[in-house]
Amino acid sequence: MPQATPINVDFYVILATLLFVIGAFGVMIRRNMIVLLMCIELMLNAVNLLMVTFSCYYNNADAQIFVFFIIVVAAAEATVGLSILILAYRQLRTIDISIFNKLKG
Amino acid sequence: MIATILTQILGALTVAAALMVVISKHPVRSVLYLVVTFFFISGLYIMMNAQFLAIVNLIVYAGAIMVLFLFVLMLLNLNKESEPKTPTLSWIIASIAAGTLFVVFIAALKDIVLVSQPGDNVALSNIGLVKNLGNTLFTKYVVPFEISSILFISAMVGAILLAKREKQMID
Repeated sequence: MPQATPINVDFYVILATLLFVIGAFGVMIRRNMIVLLMCIELMLNAVNLLMVTFSCYYNNADAQIFVFFIIVVAAAEATVGLSILILAYRQLRTIDISIFNKLKG
Repeated sequence: MIATILTQILGALTVAAALMVVISKHPVRSVLYLVVTFFFISGLYIMMNAQFLAIVNLIVYAGAIMVLFLFVLMLLNLNKESEPKTPTLSWIIASIAAGTLFVVFIAALKDIVLVSQPGDNVALSNIGLVKNLGNTLFTKYVVPFEISSILFISAMVGAILLAKREKQMID
């Protein structure tokens, strides 16, 4: 790749921050548990984007390996989370997150 | 300069798609917008020459995890009518809180001075290519890689155990 410009770190940092804030906003306003899990995935992706940016900037491969492991853990987390959700839906017939304050006992 | 413009367009589209994930009322539409967001993020990875992660992001996130979400949504037969309502007050409060969070993040990040590195001004590095990343993954990080397979097995067993119907629930 001849004459490629170095990446613009500021742009990526602001973009990742924006994505993280949008994910946090979603966690705050949505009541649907599946959408809540999706917002968490969005926040994870914001962190991934930041890590890839700095990995590229510092020319260091370790951060990209960490992103790979984050993706692995996210896959496992989504599997277990969704199966818990199905279990909860069978018991309560709803996926409204506010019903879950019953878990406090 | 076309790379810079392309990156900025991709970034704007990513933010727009992520916003649509949050504000769209229909859960299935949220999932589809999230898939679109992952495609744009993969595009950004390619712009940073992280080709391996771009492909893994597409295969694992957009391919596997999102199909799982969509599957659960279809299985539970959720639609717009069953979507829980959010009160207007909590929209306002959440908007203020999220905006404040963004401002705090930006204020914290504003004064950062990045240490210039040798890889700074050369062309985009090649560390994100499959060959180089594979070399690192299977030499330096081979133990965590193997442990992650144990994590997957336990997640799989846990998911099957949790989602399995009890004997007496089958009518």
